[in-house]
Amino acid sequence: MALLSFERKYRVRGGTLIGGDLFDFWVGPFYVGFFGITTVFFSILGTGLILYGAALGPTWNIWQISIDPPPLEYGLALAPMQDGGLWQIITICAIGAFGSWILREVEICRKLGIGYHVPIAFATAVFAYVTLVVFRPLLLGAWGHGFPYGIFTHLDWVYAVGYQYGNFHYNPAHMIAITFFFTTTLALALHGGLILSAVNPGRSLGDSSKQAEVKAPEYEDTFFRDIIGYSVGTLGIHRLGLFLALNAGFWSAVCIVISGPLWDDSWIVWWDWWLELPFFRQEDLVREVGDIQFGL
Amino acid sequence: MATYYNLVTVVQVDGPIEEGMDLPLGDNDRTSGATVSRLVGRFGNAQFGPIYIGFTAIVALASGIIAFMIIGLNFWAQVGWDPNQFVRQLFWLSLEPPNAEFGMGLAPLDRGGWHTIAGFFLTVSVLTWWLHLFRRARALELGMHVPIAFGAAIWLFLVLGFIRPLMLGSWSEAVPYGVFSHLDWTNLFSLTYGNLFYNPFHALSIVFLYGSALLFAMHGATILAVGRYGGEREIEQIYDRGTASERAALFWRWTMGFNASMESVHRWAWWFAVLCPITGGIGILLTGTVVDDWFAWGVKHGLAPE
Repeated sequence: MALLSFERKYRVRGGTLIGGDLFDFWVGPFYVGFFGITTVFFSILGTGLILYGAALGPTWNIWQISIDPPPLEYGLALAPMQDGGLWQIITICAIGAFGSWILREVEICRKLGIGYHVPIAFATAVFAYVTLVVFRPLLLGAWGHGFPYGIFTHLDWVYAVGYQYGNFHYNPAHMIAITFFFTTTLALALHGGLILSAVNPGRSLGDSSKQAEVKAPEYEDTFFRDIIGYSVGTLGIHRLGLFLALNAGFWSAVCIVISGPLWDDSWIVWWDWWLELPFFRQEDLVREVGDIQFGL
Repeated sequence: MATYYNLVTVVQVDGPIEEGMDLPLGDNDRTSGATVSRLVGRFGNAQFGPIYIGFTAIVALASGIIAFMIIGLNFWAQVGWDPNQFVRQLFWLSLEPPNAEFGMGLAPLDRGGWHTIAGFFLTVSVLTWWLHLFRRARALELGMHVPIAFGAAIWLFLVLGFIRPLMLGSWSEAVPYGVFSHLDWTNLFSLTYGNLFYNPFHALSIVFLYGSALLFAMHGATILAVGRYGGEREIEQIYDRGTASERAALFWRWTMGFNASMESVHRWAWWFAVLCPITGGIGILLTGTVVDDWFAWGVKHGLAPE
């Protein structure tokens, strides 16, 4: 049994959403529950179908294996297994497994008497995935708009879709998503660094042969006020981090779902509305987009 | 509901201003006084200030402002000092690096020279700000984790604007200063070198970028979820584990069979965030110097079919 020293007293009955006591047990460190069973079911079925699809395909090269969505001609219909049907069932399995995982997390939260923040956060990531493989294909009228399940083929898909809309960096929601991703990483480095620097302070200032004393949160606040005039605090940084991270995922979903359903031209020309605002004089741009001196 | 979920602070403590921990002899005084915003206090600390103004901060701020002004005035000059067109074309304007013919020399000001000078001041600003972080951490007898993490970001910045141009022998390789122009540069960089997605260090950098968002969502959510047990008092929990740490650890152990500790989760966080610019910088530095076509490189190594 993989029990931590303090674990036994927390392993109590109850908190399940479905199934009462029937699935209320652990396997090694893992809690099972009804949704653990459904997670295993969907994962094994989905993974098995991926292996089956790989066996049907031309290669066992791990980088090149790809389970492709059906061709666009099938629209929103079910496709034959070897022509995208596998992709459709694997997608159902993935959503089933992710959804089960969310609900299993909810059960664990109930068991531990803690808030549902983690399953809510994970649901945001699942929402972004479902946007890519369900909502956008539905809005565009064909499952073929989903992305292929393969290591490099999904990158090829991102590359192709990016250039289909001119330069995807000009997509305003993509700009917001990237800004949130970068800011999250910055904030994570600062938070991780601040905690580690307080509990691993290194040598003492006064006597370099001794270890310095571990610092309290007062020092964290002082450090940040000293450098930027504000410290968000021990509770605030976790609110901020969660807010930044969830926005990164949310705006990623927005930036792809508006590409096609809402705007099917180049994202570069989307910005023309700004240039054409009535209080601006209409002159030629001194620098056109893409007019760049690069590698000359 | 909102109290239960710890998303806002409902009861705010109204005490004397926190002046900050003592500084070593020889350091400047902090600015006196601070302001309190009850609105901001609902989400984080309410107190703004005091701040430490030192020599390194003044140099960093001044050279940053000089770089910003050089870029902005170049933009304004490009539209003939017309405020209307300056605002209209702001995102389209760009301060471009010099052409390759000037190599690593200083080009005439209106043909890229200003770009080199702005880059110089920006670099001075960033490096003195690093020194400022180092000195403030040292003054409070903290570890060097924050300055080292900032150093990782500086590595990527220097690769883009200095080290890679140096290796290719021309400032023309540097990134232009402009909103849309730096996006054009990024776009063209990928096209010129045969699809950057096949660059394994680019892939690693994205993994650490997304991984950082994942980790902060997991960590932030976990700490808020155990907030009712005082989970946000992380330093205390590291040295004297309480039920908040235990529940946080067991949540992940029961979910995925593995858990970090209150301290080690911050090591995961720090490494993920720091490796993002480190691997990214390696990927950029190899591009055009060691590898000219990442797609061809990928085909050669079996990442894509012939």
